[in-house]
Amino acid sequence: MVSIRLTVDNVERTAEVEPRTLLVHALREQLGKVGTVVGCDTSNCGACTVLLDGESVKSCSVLAVQADGSTVDTVQGLAQPDGTLHPIQQAFHEHHGLQCGYCTPGMLMRAVCLLSENPTPTEEEVRHGMEGNMCRCTGYQGIVDAVMAASQAMSDSYGANQSSIAEPAGVAS
Amino acid sequence: MRPVAFDYVAPTTVEEVVQALSDGGEDATVISGGQSLLPVLRMRMADPSLLVDLRRVDSLREIRDDGDNLVIGARATHRQVSTDPLVRQHAGLIAKTAGSIGDPQIRYRGTIGGSLAHADPAGDMGAAVLALNGSLELTGPRGSRTVAGGDFFVDYFTTAREPGEVVTAVRIPKHDGWGSHYEKFTVVVQAWAVVAVAAAVRVEGGQVAEARIGLTNMGTTPLRAAAAEQALVGVAAADTDALRAAAATAGEGTNPPDDPSGTPEYRRHLAGVLAGRAVVKAVEAVA
Repeated sequence: MVSIRLTVDNVERTAEVEPRTLLVHALREQLGKVGTVVGCDTSNCGACTVLLDGESVKSCSVLAVQADGSTVDTVQGLAQPDGTLHPIQQAFHEHHGLQCGYCTPGMLMRAVCLLSENPTPTEEEVRHGMEGNMCRCTGYQGIVDAVMAASQAMSDSYGANQSSIAEPAGVAS
Repeated sequence: MRPVAFDYVAPTTVEEVVQALSDGGEDATVISGGQSLLPVLRMRMADPSLLVDLRRVDSLREIRDDGDNLVIGARATHRQVSTDPLVRQHAGLIAKTAGSIGDPQIRYRGTIGGSLAHADPAGDMGAAVLALNGSLELTGPRGSRTVAGGDFFVDYFTTAREPGEVVTAVRIPKHDGWGSHYEKFTVVVQAWAVVAVAAAVRVEGGQVAEARIGLTNMGTTPLRAAAAEQALVGVAAADTDALRAAAATAGEGTNPPDDPSGTPEYRRHLAGVLAGRAVVKAVEAVA
């Protein structure tokens, strides 16, 4: 077993893992982050997407030991402690960006990363930027609408209150 | 599925990596970004006794200007390669190809050295490296050496890398002023290429002066389409029909795979069509 130290959703955590333990399994089975789901287990679907040092990665395709010393942000850290939704969560809610919801944790985390790379994407850039996430309900139009709306909402709030967007809720910059 | 158990080390220098590989013997494997290796491990198609991780070898992430060449560290991620100003300026084909690999999540983790060393003939980067006459730098127990791309790829998932050796960098001759394009045909957008074509052209006086074409998934290794390259020389840059006709021979003489995505005959046809598109877009990029 190997001892690893991670900052998960802004809290410092340690875990004892086997070298073969996948990050997604460490998150779900040892760190209580069951909001991050295993979808395809073949690196295709993106449901297990988390931010690793701010970059969206598929947590089924990273060994937990490879994340030692890193910051991991999951869907469970997106909302404020008082339950206020992150603008991207709010936009998915308002624009029907989910049907069964299984792909949603990965969609949200990829969208967070996409909008940090490119705060005002075109619709085409959103479609390409979300290429690594599959929705088996094929509800892509709602998802694209939600990401576009979140981009708009976050840009608007940036103008109104810069500090609130400089550090999106629960996501370390 | 979960991988078979293995030991794991993450050294901080190339020398320590080579030592760990030597100590680990035949069943030791290098892991870089892991985007090819982890799926293989999860499906238990490989059962290494030891993984030697490059993640703490910071020197291998560097991309530097070395006179007539660019030297791209093996652990540079596809994201890094696709956005790096030096790569975009001097080896646009490499940047464009890196930007087309997998999907955004995979490009954040996957690395140029890992992708090349994995040597999946459906992998994208091999064709681009071959097209630009790139070479690979390797370090092993007996020191360092440079291997031309054409000699590096030996067979299906097999390279000239010897036991105990690690790919440390990719060396790409600068192609300033060349136009380039990577044209990929997939069944699903982030899937492996059914066929893809990497093209680079130099245009002089309104004509193609030099052309380079690399093929993805048209054999057991990445390939160059030498006949089509020759046929393109002298073709008027503005004559897109003539460019397409010259490039249409790209699949000739190849022996591509036969699988549910396509027959060899279909792939040879596709290679010619994609080569035409790639060459026209490459020419447009400089015309």
